[in-house]
Amino acid sequence: MTAQVPAPDGGDGGDAEDTAAQDAAAQEAAARALDRVATREGIAVGVATAAYGLSFGALSVASGLTLWQTAFLSLVMFSGGSQFALIGVLAAGGVASGPSAIAGAALLGTRNGLYGIRTAPIVGRGWLRRIAAAWITIDESTAVALAQPTPRSSRRGFWVTGLIVFAGWNLTTFVGGLIGNTLGDTRAYGLDAAAAAAFVGLLWPRLKRRQALVVAVAAFVVATALTPVLAPGLPVLAAALVAVVVGWFDWAGPRAGAQRGTQPGTLPGTPTRGSGT
Amino acid sequence: MTLWQIVIVASIACVVLKLAGYLVPAAVLTKPAPARISELVTVALLAALIAVQTLGSGHGITLDARVPAVLVAVVLFALRAPFIVVVIAAALVAAGLRALT
Repeated sequence: MTAQVPAPDGGDGGDAEDTAAQDAAAQEAAARALDRVATREGIAVGVATAAYGLSFGALSVASGLTLWQTAFLSLVMFSGGSQFALIGVLAAGGVASGPSAIAGAALLGTRNGLYGIRTAPIVGRGWLRRIAAAWITIDESTAVALAQPTPRSSRRGFWVTGLIVFAGWNLTTFVGGLIGNTLGDTRAYGLDAAAAAAFVGLLWPRLKRRQALVVAVAAFVVATALTPVLAPGLPVLAAALVAVVVGWFDWAGPRAGAQRGTQPGTLPGTPTRGSGT
Repeated sequence: MTLWQIVIVASIACVVLKLAGYLVPAAVLTKPAPARISELVTVALLAALIAVQTLGSGHGITLDARVPAVLVAVVLFALRAPFIVVVIAAALVAAGLRALT
């Protein structure tokens, strides 16, 4: 009834050998059950993200990018926060704000690098596989991977989520771009307000800590105050300095002694599921 | 810079950052500061982008139909409405107000 698993010592154990085989089979069944859970979660997250891609595609062409530039971003940059930041700055400042747009996108992309440090041990071996893994290391794939209980189901969750989001995101941003191209005057459709709402959606899940809330309010005020003074794009970067200062000195952080350092699940480098790519 | 150059440079920067994560020793994460600063920078950038996208118009600040639209979005996110629903609702509020005025 169970698969023949050779006993490691090849001995004549009799009952002991049967028990070992049954244990191995039971473990395999349990591991497969965990794989299924990871796969299900990955699919659910991937499908949710796809809807969000439609809005990015439409907003991207509304900001002045062509359909192919939009598709290039989704294919290569492949990080929703960075993509939204880039088109947000370009929409406000045009090509002249290019350096700020690049800096904003890259700053938002640094968190994917931090995710990579945590996902590197679970994605498997081989440099091609690791490059592919890095490419799809984003909020969603990292969140699903880190939520799984075993290394094997983590690996499954990472790859299923990453690949489904990659396929869905590229497909839906392209379709969104096609739709956006047919709209004409995008302000009449409220697409500028939709872009602002999209940023709210990306920020919302990150505001659970007091420190994050303080930084968000301060950054909002700084960016608003500097907009009439600085060139487009620069107010956003100035606001990022607020975060560096607050983070460096750990102002308004968790009270001293209470969970400093890195604990699984509470690590600041841990993404929030459903928070966008 | 042309739009294409901006798109390509920014995309490559983001890919390089992702790859860097797979090369950096895991010990970096045992220090809380880098992880904390990275998460807070994400928060600050998103909050600043909300400000600019909601209030900015070229080189100044304008209060227009975007403000009520974003307030509606905040309420809907607080009520745990799905992302796409909130984004569409915000667009409808702004579009509706502009059609009326």
